[in-house]
Amino acid sequence: MNNNDEVKKVNLTINGTAIAVAPGTVLLAAAHQAGVHIPSLCYLNSDEFQYRNSVGSCRVCMVEVVGRRGLVPACSTTVYEGMVVRTDSLKAIRARRTMVELLLSNHPSDCLICERNGNCQLQQMAADMGIRSIKYKGAVSSHPKDIESFSIVRNPDKCILCRRCETMCNSIQSVGVYSAIGRGFETTMGTAFNKPIIETTCTFCGQCVSVCPTGALSEVDATEEVWKLLQAPGKVVIAQTAPAIRVALGEEFGMEPGSVITGKLAAALRRLGFAKVMDTNFTADVTIMEEASEFVHRFQHGGKLPLLTSCCPAWIKFFEHQFPDLLDVPSSCKSPMEMMGALIKSYYAEKAGVDPQDIVVVSIMPCLAKKFEAARPELVSSKGHSDVDIVLSTRELARMIREAGIEFLSLPDEEYDNPLSDSTGAADIFGTTGGVLEAALRTAYKMVTDEDLQAVEFQMLRGVDGVREAEIPFGNTKVRVAIANGLANARELLQKVQSGEVEYHIIEVMACPGGCIGGGGQPYTKGNMEILRRRAAGLYAIDSAKTIRRSYENQAMLTMYAEYIGVPYGEKAHELLHTSYVRREDK
Amino acid sequence: MSKRIGSPEELRELQVKLAPRTALRLSPAEREALGIPAAEKMNILVCGGPACKSTDSDHIITQLRVELQKAGLAEEVKVVPAGCMGYCAQGPVLKVQPDNTFYVQVKATDAAEIVQKHILNHQYVERLMFHHPASGAPCRQEEDIPFFQGQVRIALRNCGVVDPAYIEDYISLKGYQGLVKAMEIGPDATVAMIKQAGLRGRGGAGFPTGTKWEFTQSYTATPKYVVCNADEGDPGAFMDRCIMEGDPHSVLEAMAIAGHSIGAAEGVIYVRAEYPLAVQSLQTAIKQAEEFGLLGENILGTGFNFSIRLNLGAGAFVCGEETALLSSIEGNRGEPRVRPPYPAEKGLWGQPTVLNNVETYANVPAIMLRGAAWFSSYGTAGSKGTKVFALAGKINNIGLIEVPMGTTLDHIINHIGGGIQNNRAFKAVQTGGPSGGCMPTALLQTEVDYESLTQAGSMMGSGGMIVLDEDDCMVNIAKYFLEFTVDESCGRCTPCRIGTKRLYEMLERITTGKGTNKDIVDLQELGDIIRDCSLCGLGQTAPNPVISTLRYFKDEYIAHVEEHRCPALACTELLTFTVVADKCIGCTVCARNCPADAISGVVRAAHTIDPDKCVKCGICLDKCPTKAIIRY
Amino acid sequence: MSQSASCLTEKYGEIDKYIDNLPSLRGALVTVLHQAQTIYGYLPEELQLHIARRLNVPAAQVYGVVSFYSFFTMEPKGQCAISLCMGTACFVLGAGGVLQEFEKELGIKAGETTPDNLFSLDALRCVGACSLAPVVLVGDKVYGKATTSQVRGIIEEHMQRMAKGGGSNE
Repeated sequence: MNNNDEVKKVNLTINGTAIAVAPGTVLLAAAHQAGVHIPSLCYLNSDEFQYRNSVGSCRVCMVEVVGRRGLVPACSTTVYEGMVVRTDSLKAIRARRTMVELLLSNHPSDCLICERNGNCQLQQMAADMGIRSIKYKGAVSSHPKDIESFSIVRNPDKCILCRRCETMCNSIQSVGVYSAIGRGFETTMGTAFNKPIIETTCTFCGQCVSVCPTGALSEVDATEEVWKLLQAPGKVVIAQTAPAIRVALGEEFGMEPGSVITGKLAAALRRLGFAKVMDTNFTADVTIMEEASEFVHRFQHGGKLPLLTSCCPAWIKFFEHQFPDLLDVPSSCKSPMEMMGALIKSYYAEKAGVDPQDIVVVSIMPCLAKKFEAARPELVSSKGHSDVDIVLSTRELARMIREAGIEFLSLPDEEYDNPLSDSTGAADIFGTTGGVLEAALRTAYKMVTDEDLQAVEFQMLRGVDGVREAEIPFGNTKVRVAIANGLANARELLQKVQSGEVEYHIIEVMACPGGCIGGGGQPYTKGNMEILRRRAAGLYAIDSAKTIRRSYENQAMLTMYAEYIGVPYGEKAHELLHTSYVRREDK
Repeated sequence: MSKRIGSPEELRELQVKLAPRTALRLSPAEREALGIPAAEKMNILVCGGPACKSTDSDHIITQLRVELQKAGLAEEVKVVPAGCMGYCAQGPVLKVQPDNTFYVQVKATDAAEIVQKHILNHQYVERLMFHHPASGAPCRQEEDIPFFQGQVRIALRNCGVVDPAYIEDYISLKGYQGLVKAMEIGPDATVAMIKQAGLRGRGGAGFPTGTKWEFTQSYTATPKYVVCNADEGDPGAFMDRCIMEGDPHSVLEAMAIAGHSIGAAEGVIYVRAEYPLAVQSLQTAIKQAEEFGLLGENILGTGFNFSIRLNLGAGAFVCGEETALLSSIEGNRGEPRVRPPYPAEKGLWGQPTVLNNVETYANVPAIMLRGAAWFSSYGTAGSKGTKVFALAGKINNIGLIEVPMGTTLDHIINHIGGGIQNNRAFKAVQTGGPSGGCMPTALLQTEVDYESLTQAGSMMGSGGMIVLDEDDCMVNIAKYFLEFTVDESCGRCTPCRIGTKRLYEMLERITTGKGTNKDIVDLQELGDIIRDCSLCGLGQTAPNPVISTLRYFKDEYIAHVEEHRCPALACTELLTFTVVADKCIGCTVCARNCPADAISGVVRAAHTIDPDKCVKCGICLDKCPTKAIIRY
Repeated sequence: MSQSASCLTEKYGEIDKYIDNLPSLRGALVTVLHQAQTIYGYLPEELQLHIARRLNVPAAQVYGVVSFYSFFTMEPKGQCAISLCMGTACFVLGAGGVLQEFEKELGIKAGETTPDNLFSLDALRCVGACSLAPVVLVGDKVYGKATTSQVRGIIEEHMQRMAKGGGSNE
């Protein structure tokens, strides 16, 4: 639209304040312009990610429109010319309050010991409204809690049926694990046949947890176990931190989104008692070496293409359920987290003279699927130990730091421990959608053309669009690449590849919208997509500030290859750094 | 040979040819109205409404045919399995035409007498006639029977006249000529005509049908759809069922008219799976209409295409709400959607959709044939035409009635309905099912239309009308409806999912003597909020049974909470059973039958009931030979 | 095709054929479930999963739909299905008491089936035969103006019929 024929604005008044907004605006958004906040629970919208939960079900945003019978939900009522809205009439205030009271009347009141205590939108609303008693008491519904998975705990009793998880799982992820079950007072959000989520096609991406406004969905909490192991005699507890943590953890301590806290992260982990702090970024570079080698191998030997990236465990599980006949297509590379675990328990253990059995690898991840991944039987070494023992989400780590009384903001910047910590700029951008592919291209270019790529930034691969594609000249040949974030986008892309409609050499997939920066274990964004943008900017800033930005130039890594692994994609590499996939049920 | 009718002209010719089929079934007045010549032979029309069918009317048909065969009249006199004639309380009923004789409570064994006496000898069978309750005089014709007095059948015009299994019957009564008219005058004029007629939605809310069509017409997106809501879910309502079973083509024709008006080629009827006979009847009708070229491709050679398919409901009251119904047709949980957008803009599959209920459609062909002015000559200023009601409950003449809008409740209940059963006193009339309310004696002069019922705190609803007597506890009635809503709430929005449950719990407390005055205040407050805040019509109207009974019968609520007493003696938990000592003969029957061992006493001496042990089952009351046990 | 898959093909051949003949799979879920229940009597988990696969919709969606509509059942019904109308007319004329009596006599609650699979008991919404209220339906047979004292007789009548091998009353 050009400025000349700008659409005429709609005039209305909210609580006596006249405003003009674009046609089609919903009252909830329009009210901000009048300086009015209308509470809302179920409504959550992000046009950038095509996420739209506008189901009008919780009714806590009811307002009065003069001349209309009853009240209207501000989340799904569009403005019109001359509309007169009162959000402050007694009728509207009482109605909203009653909606919250009704929700509370069928909600456990164990806020003090709830996972979401202090971070719950229902609790916040009750506090804002000053609710001191439940006016209409009655039966409270009770359904079994699902604690059987490695990643997600479901407590249907805390569900307010906002349907955000369902919308996320169905429309953004196309997984469809959730549906409303039953009807009437006993309606719950549930899985098929109320089975534990571990028995479903759930990918454990954790996006449902990200959007849940209450404690109905949360991560499996591993902090207690970590506390115990940190104190256990004879155990060498080693931490590793994913790229996306360093631009998000600060938010938990009041810092701006995107603040880079890498040094404080290392310091905090040391103060918590971790023997060593390694950086998953190191194995991000290793992943690039392996994946690029695998790509070049397939590219030059007529192997299966496109190569699909395999860093994202939710994507891998999705693939195993949904495309079971294509299990040889994804890269066989383990994820950087798993590679790190394997290297700590082999290369590092040998170097440091520690028995791998005594080592506990704790990964700090932005992700809940990583908890599932760590437990995969394929990722147990020939010696019988898992590559990674425990995975903590960003949120869990923040809780541990708070519990330990560490004043995060005043921590000094500290270095990570060698030998598995140095990384190039390519590793940092693994945390955002498009980053893995960009990093891979920087190295694959060298492997194919034997030249160093000079312009290492691929702007066309950046951003948050669901699917992005590009054609990159590699000397005389062109490499066609595509990126998908969000599993529904990935599914659609894969189906097009399957049908032959499109052809690519490499496809990067991350399950979470925005990539790992928007992972299911990250600090809650409450639908504010600006936060994701700033986290991504943080990662790109780290990359551009580094002098070494191509993985194959990581000296520590080259040393490790020379001392231990040998050649990328070689025999030892296969043993330690590659894995295989399993066929899973499709429904 | 193909049965296809190639043009409107051919349809008219076929009608004239077929007219004698049904001319025999009409009264002289009806014949005159349709311009159909008089008839000489006879027809016996046997009511096939749900009640008559359940009391074996099929068997009567068989027997009549056997007797006619015996008398050599099988060719001369046709026995017609027709649709519902309405007078369920007197079922099975049948009508001999053209002499317009109405027989009630007929048994299969009466067939011989009817054939012998009436058909062969032209003598009426007096004992099978309805006898006037006041005078005791036999009433031979419908017009003589109070039940039919003041009724006007527009939506039900063909019910009880046509054999729904034969499209020829419908065509002979100028069926599908309304569609011809619509095609001749064009979509705009058709919509204008429906608007002019003042037809409003008969499903409950009363939205003007023509306006709805006009909106849908105005959207350009294609394809468009025509949907019929046949998910009659109000407990105690069976109007739509009777229309579908007795006159399916009226609905089909109306949908085609709607399709032609808005530019749709596809229609869907969403019908309750609990109505297998209606489903069967519609299926047969659709098949025949297709064979006759009245549905499908190139209807009557005009190039207009319109097909109709059935979609079975699966037992969810909320699917009567239009957006929930559309979700259900799309194969999903029947959860309502946020409106706007309304179905006229984004309905089935997100496309412009006209959605009306069965009764609304059934009026349309009649309007097309006889004109808007004729239709709007019936009714009140704001509500034109007639309304079908399923009259039930504690009333003598349970049945299906159709009266002009504006008829008083008093006329319906005390004249057509014949007053209250067993000489009990009238207490209230409930309309609108779970969405409606109860109106007391003081409102009996209310002239029934959309506005007056809403004003009275009830609503038109789809047409269930349940009459309650002095033995009905109004709190208990409210509880019954709330229990229904709680169970049928789709669970989507907070006020309906949790709020109605809380209302129900308050009513449960009150009816079991645990309620307080605060509950009464809370019922009203929460009820108002649920009405204002719910997502769809189900929740918005769910408090009506509570609010209306609070409005008119508050004293009953107060008696429950303050005196722990149920004035109607209906709430068992509040009852006390006791033995009137001087009436008790000490026969011990009560003590022996008491399941809770609550009655003690020796032979020939007055017994006593231990109130702590008594479970209030009432067995003793029933068993006592001297009526010495009372409850209060 | 795996063994279990071919086994299911055999087992669910009839519904497969129905699905194959559908003009479109769009929105077909409720219709297919209706058909499946007609064929198999009820909708066990395995059948729902099969339908989910055939229609390519998530299993949770199928279960969500099945659990929403009261017409669908995941349990097999008894040989003899007794249904009571709970419409308003039947309610005010004492259907509640009749239902209680059936529950007492059969030892099951509405919505349940006796352990011997002979009887199942259901409370229905209005069946539209209000002049016969309270109405009891056994298969296709209608008992009008039912009273509590008739209950035992109705049960015995059908016990005898089934004992004689009368099968269902359809």
